[in-house]
Amino acid sequence: MPDIRTETMTVNMGPQHPSTHGVLRLVLELDGETVVSVAPTIGYLHTGIEKTIEQKKWQQAVPLVERMDYLSAQSNALAFCLSVERLLGLELPERVRWIRILVAELQRINSHLVWLGTHGMELGAVSVLMYCFRERELLLNINEMLAGFRMFPSYLRIGGLREDLPRGFHEAVSAFLDRFPSKLDEYEDLLTENEIYTERTRGVGRLSAEDALAYGLVGPIARASGVAYDVRKAFPYLGYETVDFAVASRTEGDVYARYLVRIEEMRQSVAVCRQVLARITPSGAWAVGDPRITPPPKDRVYTEMEALIQHFLIYSQGITVPAGEAYVPVEGPRGEQGFSVVSDGTNRPWRVKARSPSLLACQALEKMIVGGLIADVIAVIGSIDVVMGDVDR
Amino acid sequence: MESSALPDLLQRVLPEARVGVTQSSDLHPTVSIDRRDVGAVMPVLRDHAELACAVLAELTAVDFWPREPRFEIVYLLLSVQHRLRLRVKVPVPGDDPHVPTVSPVWPAAIWLEREVWDLFGIGFDNHPDLRRLLMPDDWQGHPLRKDYPVQVRMAARTSEPLQVSEQEFRANLERDRRARR
Repeated sequence: MPDIRTETMTVNMGPQHPSTHGVLRLVLELDGETVVSVAPTIGYLHTGIEKTIEQKKWQQAVPLVERMDYLSAQSNALAFCLSVERLLGLELPERVRWIRILVAELQRINSHLVWLGTHGMELGAVSVLMYCFRERELLLNINEMLAGFRMFPSYLRIGGLREDLPRGFHEAVSAFLDRFPSKLDEYEDLLTENEIYTERTRGVGRLSAEDALAYGLVGPIARASGVAYDVRKAFPYLGYETVDFAVASRTEGDVYARYLVRIEEMRQSVAVCRQVLARITPSGAWAVGDPRITPPPKDRVYTEMEALIQHFLIYSQGITVPAGEAYVPVEGPRGEQGFSVVSDGTNRPWRVKARSPSLLACQALEKMIVGGLIADVIAVIGSIDVVMGDVDR
Repeated sequence: MESSALPDLLQRVLPEARVGVTQSSDLHPTVSIDRRDVGAVMPVLRDHAELACAVLAELTAVDFWPREPRFEIVYLLLSVQHRLRLRVKVPVPGDDPHVPTVSPVWPAAIWLEREVWDLFGIGFDNHPDLRRLLMPDDWQGHPLRKDYPVQVRMAARTSEPLQVSEQEFRANLERDRRARR
């Protein structure tokens, strides 16, 4: 048989491709169906939020950071608020901490549901998307109830929360928590033992624990590779050390392991939510009592001169944060999420840098894709759960 | 780990290195090192048994214009094994902004350093692929510098897609691929 002359083919995937979760562009070099090299190109969604924040007051930065990773808005806000509160040296009331944990865990379920739905759909299981968005709708309703906004509630504030919990909140959350575990079983019925799904995900996109750490992927991706590291356990914040939950972890490091880890995380989040919901008292403080940080209640503003002055100062001049720098990360839905905050002692941030787990995941795509088949690229991109708003910021 | 233990340890392992102690509000042990020592200190931080910082959690820069040294590169390291966070700062002068790359130590730094180059204009010596990451390739200036003009009214610009022939496209890809290897 004569030698067949072969050459590699270059395929451009994205930025407008339905399975790239936004505007990720991959230049793939193919040898037949095997991927020889991949070059991700990012920046199509760069909006300069970090630069914008430098022109804003501290509190005005919260809605901006929520829009970076648009599927986990409240985790972003939480990480930012914790870093600023560390600079301010604030001790939060217990009730605020439990409410924040509850909000953050509901946000994790919310984000994982979008991931599961889109990931399933990309691999051909279109009905999973409908199932997941059915439950996500309930979470968005809870957000709407909490703050009047479904995606970006801006409910967390520096020094606490914007206002007290609305009437009927406990009932709405416990109704969701009662309903959700059986729905999780439904998703698992659709995928976990589904041969089409397992054939497309088992052994695909493997990443070793060493590579996961070298590329900084601490989070669900590293946990699927056997690194049982969770910020909530290793560096507890908000009182997570008093909550009983397990860290989901697998050792296979493939797409299927990442799926199992995130499913287990949702179950653990439900357990965390149940525990903290029981601790949230019906009434109590929803912010620190510091008059330099928390605006006074409206009835006092209308009747007391000092309260009016405080109100005016907070809304015109804003909060003054002592000079220094702080980085207090949280365990976001995509891994360690934090804001490296630098203050020069004024009412505006000097520098805010978001640690973006999605950016690092995009960088490590090469490790997971090269050597595999082009059809598996879709499965791998789905499994690392990138949000392009978080990659480009 | 006590915040003073880290500089002592570094000084013991690397007597030559210029290590300074700094305070931080978030109580992560923080050291400030000279940029000439980056190549020697970083492998120690990763490989020393008491530190074992296998993860580069964050790499960023801060511009303190008009102060000198103007820039500060900040490395946030994480040791999963010892549940430890370290912060390493490297001051960089504004008239000659460059530092050695740490990408051979932590591959995660490849893109993070590209981002710092893109937004601050700080070069990284011996970086494998120092190109802009977020801004368009033909962008002028480095937007996160404090003296970068913002809120300046400029005429709207549209970016024309680059017109290349198929041969040029292939040649570009080949060049990029060689640059990555």
